[in-house]
Amino acid sequence: MPKIQEIARGVLAGDRRSIARAITTIENNSPKAQELIASIFPHTGNAHIIGLTGPPGSGKSTLIDKIIREYRRKGKTVGVIAVDPTSPFTGGAFLGDRIRMQELSTDQGVFIRSMATRNYLGGIAKATKNAAKVLDAAGKDVVIVETVGAGQSEVEIIKVAQTIVVLFAPGLGDEIQAIKAGIMEIADIFVVNKADRANADKAVMDIQAMLQLNNKEKKWKPPVLKTAALTGEGVPQLIERIEEHRLFLEKKFERKRSREKAEAELVEAIKEKVASSIIEELKREGKLEEFLQKILEKKMDPASIAEKLLNRKFGKQV
Amino acid sequence: MQNQRKIRVLIAKPGLDSHDRGAKIIARALRDAGMEVIYTGLKQTPEQIVETALQEDVDVIGLSILSGAHKTLFPMIMELLKQKGLTDVLVVAGGIIPEEDVPEMKKLGIKEIFGPGTRTDKIVQFVFENVPKRT
Amino acid sequence: MSDKEKINEIAKERERWEKTTLPKWIGQSPERKSEFRNHSGTLIKRVYTPEDIKDLDYMRDLGFPGEYPFTRGVHATMHRGRLWTMRQFSGYGTAEQTNQRFKYLLKEGETGLSIAFDYPSIRGYDSDHPFSKGEVGICGVAVSSLKDMEVLFNGIPLDKVTTSMTINGPAAMLLAMYIAVGNKQGVPMEKLGGTTQNDVLKEFFAQKLIIFPPKPSLKLVTDIVEYCTKHVPRWNPISISGYHIREAGGNAVQELAFTLYDGITYVESCLERGMKVDEFAPRLSFFFAAHNDLFEEIAKFRAARRIWAKTMKERFHAKNPRSMWMRMHVQTAGFTLTAQQPLNNITRVTIQALSAVLAGTQSLHTNSFDEALALPSEEAVRIALRTQQIIAHESGVVNTIDPLAGSYYVENLTNEMEERTMEYFRKLDDMGGAIPAIEKGFFQKEIADSAYEYQKEVDEKRRILVGVNDYTTEEKQPIKVLRVDPKVEEEQVTSLHKLKSERDNKKVNEMLEKLHYATEKDENLMPIIIDAVKAYATIGEICDVLRKIYGEYKELIVI
Repeated sequence: MPKIQEIARGVLAGDRRSIARAITTIENNSPKAQELIASIFPHTGNAHIIGLTGPPGSGKSTLIDKIIREYRRKGKTVGVIAVDPTSPFTGGAFLGDRIRMQELSTDQGVFIRSMATRNYLGGIAKATKNAAKVLDAAGKDVVIVETVGAGQSEVEIIKVAQTIVVLFAPGLGDEIQAIKAGIMEIADIFVVNKADRANADKAVMDIQAMLQLNNKEKKWKPPVLKTAALTGEGVPQLIERIEEHRLFLEKKFERKRSREKAEAELVEAIKEKVASSIIEELKREGKLEEFLQKILEKKMDPASIAEKLLNRKFGKQV
Repeated sequence: MQNQRKIRVLIAKPGLDSHDRGAKIIARALRDAGMEVIYTGLKQTPEQIVETALQEDVDVIGLSILSGAHKTLFPMIMELLKQKGLTDVLVVAGGIIPEEDVPEMKKLGIKEIFGPGTRTDKIVQFVFENVPKRT
Repeated sequence: MSDKEKINEIAKERERWEKTTLPKWIGQSPERKSEFRNHSGTLIKRVYTPEDIKDLDYMRDLGFPGEYPFTRGVHATMHRGRLWTMRQFSGYGTAEQTNQRFKYLLKEGETGLSIAFDYPSIRGYDSDHPFSKGEVGICGVAVSSLKDMEVLFNGIPLDKVTTSMTINGPAAMLLAMYIAVGNKQGVPMEKLGGTTQNDVLKEFFAQKLIIFPPKPSLKLVTDIVEYCTKHVPRWNPISISGYHIREAGGNAVQELAFTLYDGITYVESCLERGMKVDEFAPRLSFFFAAHNDLFEEIAKFRAARRIWAKTMKERFHAKNPRSMWMRMHVQTAGFTLTAQQPLNNITRVTIQALSAVLAGTQSLHTNSFDEALALPSEEAVRIALRTQQIIAHESGVVNTIDPLAGSYYVENLTNEMEERTMEYFRKLDDMGGAIPAIEKGFFQKEIADSAYEYQKEVDEKRRILVGVNDYTTEEKQPIKVLRVDPKVEEEQVTSLHKLKSERDNKKVNEMLEKLHYATEKDENLMPIIIDAVKAYATIGEICDVLRKIYGEYKELIVI
C-alpha cells in the first residue's frame, strides 16, 4: 500500500485508484486518515455538493444516473457517493445502488463509490463528508450524495451537501407524511419522480401547499419539480434549478449558512477528538472498566464522570 | 481511534446468462458474515467489472458465470485488472466451469473456483482466510 | 353410519392408535426427525386418513378427466390415448449443428422440437455485437437472421413437427422467422403448430433475460396473442412459465401461485386489447418444473389445473371448456442436478419425470445427467429421452388416468396448494397486480428468501443431497462433456457479415423505418416484423429499433 502522501498527491492529480484508496482510508478510520484529510483540505471547496434523499422506491439511483448523464453532456465531471445501510446484527451491508448507474462506471469523468453506514445514523455514513471532500479535491465539478433513504430523520445530509434535493414518488403511501418530519426544513428542491403516474400532480400540489405554510420568511423558495427518471424527462430542468441554487448560495447573504456549517463541523470534530482521546487514555490505563462499573452500580452518573475526566485532562473547570 | 476495516467484496456476473441464484446467495452469505458486498447485476462487461472493483476499492472479486463464456471473459478481466494495477485483489469464481478448465483459470490468477454444490460457509471461510492483508 | 359419523369413528381410532400402538414404536426407535416438511414448508403428517379430506366433494373438486374442473386431466383418455409429447430442449453451435441434433432426436423417437437459443439471440443481439463475445452458440444455437432459421429447419417439414421456442424478449422476431420458413417450405401459417414461450412477466423476477420495460414487453406479448388468434390458430402464443421461478429459488407454492397470476395478467391484457376470452384463452399453455418431492409435485400439477379452470370460469367468465384447460409442458428441474457423481442425476430425473406423468402432463423434457457440467452430450440426451420411453412403455403408470386421485395425502396436499395459491392471489390483487408487485420487488424478495433458506438447509445438512453433502466420494466419474468449438463464433460472424453485405439493404432500412413508425403509433407489430425478417433484417437490428423507443429495462435487484 502506498504512503499516505502518495495517495494524497494522487487524489489531487485525479488518479482514480488513489481516490478509491483515500476513501477507504477515511472509511476505515485508519491512523493516517487525519493526515490525508489535512493534506487535501486546502484543495476542497470547488465542487458543488448535492445531497439527494427520499423514501425507498422513489427512484433515487435511477434519477442520479440521469443527472450524471446531463452533467456529462454539459462537460462536467461527477462524483457519486451512494449510501446503503449496514445491518446492525451482522455488520455486513449490501450495496446495490450503483447498479442503476453501472453503464457510467467506465466513463473516466465519473467516479461512483458505494458506502455502508457502518451504523452511523442520519442517512449517511460517518465517512461520507470527508469522502465527498476527496472527490472535491480530486477535481470533480459535482459531487452527488445519495442517502440511505430509509427513514424520516435523514437530516445529516445538511452537514455534507450544499444543495439538498428531496425526492418523492406518488403511490408510495404516506409520502407527504415524510416531508413533515424534518426533511421539509432542509430541502432546497423538491422533486416528484415517476411523473407519469396518475397522482403525480396531486403530490406536487400537496407539497406546494405545505411549503406555503412553512416557508414564508425564507429567501430561497424551494421549487417543486416533476421528473420521470426512467426516461430522463424533467432532468434538464432539475439541473437548472440546482444551478440556480448554487448561484444563490454564492451570494453574500448566504455566507451565514457556510459559517454555520463550518461551526458545526468544528464542534463535531472537537467532540470526536476529545472523546476518543479520553477513552483511549482510559483504556491504556485500564480504568475504563472501573468507571463503567461505577455507572452500573449507580455510584456515579455518566455526566459527572465526564466532568471529572475533563478536569483531569485540562486541569481546570470546563 | 478505532480502526473500522471491513472486507469489501464485488460480486460480478460477466456474460449474458441470467442465472443469478448462486451469485445472490453468495452475496447474502458474505453480507451475513459481516462483509460489505457490492452487487452490480447481470450482463457486466469486463471493463465495467474492473472499473467497479477499482472505484469501490474492493478486497475481493467474486465472478459468477454459467454461460460457458468464461474461457473468453475471464482472461479479459484478469488482464484488465493487471493493467489497472489491481493485482492485490483476491479473485474467486463460481458457476458452471468444467473441471478441465480449472487449471487454466487458476493460471490466470483466479485463486479458487467453486463448483456447483459448494457449501456457502466454505466460500465465506475461504474469503476470510485469503483476503489480502492491507496495512 | 353417515359420513360424518364415519369420520368421527376414524378420528377416535386414530387417537387410540396414537396413544397405544404408536408410543411403543417410538419408544423403541424414535423417528428420524422431529418434523417432516416438503419444499414449500408444509408440515407432513405421519399418516393421512379420511379425516384429511373430509370436505372433499368428488364431483366439485375432482370430476372426470376431460371435464371441469379438470383436476384429473384435460383429456378424457389421457395417456391411454396419446402419450405426452417427448420434447427435448436442444440447441448449440451453428444452425447447421443444431439441425443435425434435431434430426438425430427425431430419428430416436422424439415427437416435438424445442429450440434453445444462445444468449445473444435471447437478449436481442446479433452474433457480432460486442456483448456477444464468447457467447455465440455456446448455450444454444445462434440465430441472428432468417438465414440461420432456414438452415435450422433444413429438411424438417414444418407441417410434420411442432416446435417450441424458448424465447421471450425477441419472441415476435423468432416467430416471424418461423412463419417465414414455413412460407418458403410452402406451409401456410394456419398449419404451423408450436409454442413461443413469450412469457415476459416471469423474466422480470425469475429468468431475467429482459430487454424492454414491463409495459412495452406486455404490449409485445399481447401483439403476438392477437396475431396468432387471427392468423396462426394452432400456435400456442404464450407458455406461461413457472419453471424459471422454481429454478431461481421459489418453492412449489410460489411457482404455482406466481405463474398462474402471470396468466391472469396476460388474460387481462388481452381483454383490454378488446379480444374475447374464449377466442384466445384455449391457446394459452403452461410450463412447470418437476422437482424432487414426488407427491408435492403431483399435488402442484393437479392443483394448477383446478385453479386455472376455476379462475377462467369464475374470474373471467369463460364459456368454452377449452378456455378452462390447462395444458402443460414440464421440465425436470435443472437446479437439482449435481455436478458430483453425475450419473445419480439419471435417478433424480426419473423420479421427477414420473411426477409429471402421474399428474397427466401434455409434454415433457427430461434433463440429461451431465447438465450440471456443460451442455448435454448425445449419449446423455439419449438416456434422458429413454427415461421417458421407459416410463411410457414399461412402468405401467400410464394405464389408468390420475392414479393418485383419492389418496388422502395427495388430495390433502392438492387442497393445500390451492389454498396457499389463493392467498397469494389475494395479496397480489391488493398490490394492484403483477406489474406493481414486480416494481415493488415482491416476487423477487419471496424467491430470494426461499432460495437462501434452501441453501441454508443444505449447508446445515437439514436437507440431504446425495453426493453433495452426504454420501460423498473423492472418486471422479469421467464424463465426456460437449464442447462448442470457439470457431463457431468466427464462422457465425463471418456469415452474418456476408448476409449483411449481400441482402437488399435499401429494403431492410425501409422495413426498419416502417417498424419505427408502427412502434411509435403503437400498432400491432407482428405484420411489419414478419416483413422485416423476410427482408433479412436481423434480430439485433429489429430490437435496436424497439430499444430506441421503449428503452431498456434495468433489473430491480432484491437479495
